[in-house]
Amino acid sequence: MENNIYVYILVMALVSFLIRVLPLTLVRKPITNIYLRSFLYYVPYVTLAVMTFPSIMSATQSPIAGGAALITGIAAAWKGKSLFVVALVCCITVLLLEFVLI
Amino acid sequence: MKDNTRTLLLKGMKDGVPIMIGYFAVSFTLGIAAKNAGLTPFQAALASLFNNASAGEFAAFTLIRSGAGYASVALMTLIANARYLLMSFALSQKLEENTGTIKRMILGFDVTDELFGISMMYPGKLDPIYTYGAMLLALPGWSLGTGLGALMGELLPIRIVSALSVGLYGMFIACIIPQAKKDRVVLYLIIACFVLSGIVNLMPWFDIIPSGTKVILLTVLIAGAAAVLFPVKEDEDGK
Repeated sequence: MENNIYVYILVMALVSFLIRVLPLTLVRKPITNIYLRSFLYYVPYVTLAVMTFPSIMSATQSPIAGGAALITGIAAAWKGKSLFVVALVCCITVLLLEFVLI
Repeated sequence: MKDNTRTLLLKGMKDGVPIMIGYFAVSFTLGIAAKNAGLTPFQAALASLFNNASAGEFAAFTLIRSGAGYASVALMTLIANARYLLMSFALSQKLEENTGTIKRMILGFDVTDELFGISMMYPGKLDPIYTYGAMLLALPGWSLGTGLGALMGELLPIRIVSALSVGLYGMFIACIIPQAKKDRVVLYLIIACFVLSGIVNLMPWFDIIPSGTKVILLTVLIAGAAAVLFPVKEDEDGK
């Protein structure tokens, strides 16, 4: 492969940096438009939800284990468990279920 | 009430501990993908240190592996990470107007789903120092995890890799569910997201759309519809 890995890394880093820094540095005034404000309020929940399902089911060897991790994760988060505990609950769910399923 | 810099930094570091551990575990699987793309462990760690993006890096590694050009990798990174543009936009509203440019740039450098999550959860306006504290742990966690994954990922039993790979999703879940409990609209919105995302990803008609693009399209459409149908009344965003 003639392409240089370091150039790839530089390209990735530059694009990621600009995406993240431009709005933060350029937008300094509070946004007053209620629809734009609402849109920005909903964005994180929507984008994370969309990325979670159904991808979680194809991340594991068995889709059932991934689906079960989604349910146990939601249950743990609903009970107010921390980020780390919720992630751990998901991992353990998959580990245990795949011992049974596979 | 203003905390002083030191306490604020320590508070950020404390909240950064679970993020660091989670990143370490999750980036381990990313390191395996980096290795498969031909990166050395050092290059994998370097890529993660300057990218801090799970889906974006994964997509880029996949392209690098197939020998794609630099422009394709740039475009893929742009698409897979476009949500950070929206998050950065949202974050700009959380800062005091007089926050300096350098401070904003450092904060922007590590806008990730989880750091964005804790920053938005911070009561009132955000002093970036708090997020810097979390970054101090999150950055090395993510970077070293990727390097170590590239170094020895294949030595791990497949069962462990499979279990670790849902850790990332667990963190996503932990970011969205607490708000769903407080705000009924967010709860229904998440259910709608699961249903629509399920349809778009499982039905073969949508196969031509790359998965990163699907995420952006769905985000803009669903969040846009929600903003029109359920505009949030004045007052601090959802806190």
